[in-house]
Amino acid sequence: MVGKGIIKGMVETARNFLGSYVSKQRLTTIQYPEERAPQIEAARNFPFLVFDGTDAEQGLRCVACQICEKECPPKCIFIEKSKDKKPDATGKMQFYPATFNIDISVCMSCQICVEVCPFDSIKMDVVYDLSNNDRFAGLLLHKQQLAKSNEYYNTIHPTEAAAVDAHFAEERAKAAARVKAAAEAKLAAEAKAATDAKAKSETTLADTQAQPVGGGTR
Amino acid sequence: MSDATNLTAQIDINTIPALGKEQLLELAMGPQHPSTHGVFRMNVVLDGERVMKLKPVFGYLHRNHEKIAESETYLGSMPYTDRLDYICSITNNWAYAIAVEKLAGIEVPERAEYLRVITGELTRLQNHACLLGFLMQDMGASGTPLMYAFREREKIMDLFEGLTGARMMCNYLRFGGCRVDTPAGWMDAARKVVAEFPRFLDEYENLLVGNEILMDRTQEVGILSKELAINAGISGPMARASGVDYDIRKVDHYSIYDRFNFRIPLGERGDVYDRYMIRFLEMRESIKILEQAMRDIPDGPIVDPKTKIRGFRPKPGEAYGRIESPKGELGFYLVSDGALNPYRYRVRPPSLINLTVLEDLCIGQNVADVVVILGSIDIVLGEVDR
Repeated sequence: MVGKGIIKGMVETARNFLGSYVSKQRLTTIQYPEERAPQIEAARNFPFLVFDGTDAEQGLRCVACQICEKECPPKCIFIEKSKDKKPDATGKMQFYPATFNIDISVCMSCQICVEVCPFDSIKMDVVYDLSNNDRFAGLLLHKQQLAKSNEYYNTIHPTEAAAVDAHFAEERAKAAARVKAAAEAKLAAEAKAATDAKAKSETTLADTQAQPVGGGTR
Repeated sequence: MSDATNLTAQIDINTIPALGKEQLLELAMGPQHPSTHGVFRMNVVLDGERVMKLKPVFGYLHRNHEKIAESETYLGSMPYTDRLDYICSITNNWAYAIAVEKLAGIEVPERAEYLRVITGELTRLQNHACLLGFLMQDMGASGTPLMYAFREREKIMDLFEGLTGARMMCNYLRFGGCRVDTPAGWMDAARKVVAEFPRFLDEYENLLVGNEILMDRTQEVGILSKELAINAGISGPMARASGVDYDIRKVDHYSIYDRFNFRIPLGERGDVYDRYMIRFLEMRESIKILEQAMRDIPDGPIVDPKTKIRGFRPKPGEAYGRIESPKGELGFYLVSDGALNPYRYRVRPPSLINLTVLEDLCIGQNVADVVVILGSIDIVLGEVDR
């Protein structure tokens, strides 16, 4: 019968239309500005810089090694290294970025900067309402806008951030152990030096006794 | 552009029976025509409704992809390949990764191969679903079929977001494996999507396949003969719709496709209807592959630990890696001179080469059919123009 296929199609359309009154799963549209889809954990948008503690300037993990600047495919990162150094998370003295700009109008969210960063300092953000009137200056993010706390990182990517924190805790423990070992070694060396000095002083005393002239200057 | 504007001058007057040359109408379809799937122009010469000559004009979306890749590191080109055929980014990554792995002699761990097959076949599902929707839109079935197809594509894109972080520009594969392993619960979600997908296919078949209007519009329209398909180097579903039994998954057995049990659907006539139906059948076969891959996927590492992310320099040489992308044979040809960036980088895009027969398919057809024929070729201008 001619028209059978059309009727079959119309039945399918009607089933979908009426079904949306019965089953909420069929309503696939989300009324965007009022209602938002839940954030997927792996989602990525633009990079940001992680800092530890409360001071964005002091706790910034970035050491201005400029690897991400070199590896970025569209070359949207601009870094200027500082002249002086500040202590990093493990207490080691490091450089820090005097300038760190990301032009997010050029960035293509490929995540390669995150993969190459050896200090876990640059990570992907999930913010998305970023439209701006100023297409040049408004989309050029500076260090102050890019720096976000480790707590924020923990809320947007909990699994990944936990792994990073565990790694940092291990590093800090290692650094503390190193400091402790160094201190112990220093103490032992001092003790040894003291006993040596004592022994030496006894011998020198003997020497001085044997040789009445000189030796006191030693 | 001068020869493009002088199409009427090239036509032999004797081939036009009733009308003189002055009766012909020259028409530029595109580049802003909604049916051209992007910025693509067809300069057609019409005799009434009949197409006498057609000249495709492209390059509006040219972004210098190959030359940019020659100044990037090998890994730096990976996100750019996403932007070739932006509907199926993971298969683009895959073809490029295979080329580099051949060049550098990198082995891929078992689990990574399974992940590649799973994401690659999901990509095929979303590409074909999209194509069916767009083709219906081109025929004038405005809205409904496209929305049904996009609803399914949305589910697959959500899966991609959960795994790779991005919905379209996935940038997921790495040389010697994949970037991240599946998060907890992802595989179950993917199984659910795959299990529900046949229901969409049934629904779509009910909706349109038996439809008399669709049959009238597509059957015996834009016939591509088997000989022409072979001679013009057509690949993918378009060649198979003309009866050419050529699928690189079966020919090359690349990755782990020899482990799966699936069949290659073939068409008979090579018209738009066959090209339409072949995508349906391919989706059903893809679901079979997905079910087997999700059942058999082993645990283990997802990336070869020896491959470096930074300072990757393959030894001098050349390699051509190809896969069966949803649109056809997608190949990457690389020449290395031992530096950080490739000496030569060339893409063999399936869309562009399938598009070369457009004029042969369109001559003698009605102008409204040109839109349908173009839709059935399945082009993405990001890949045609690069």
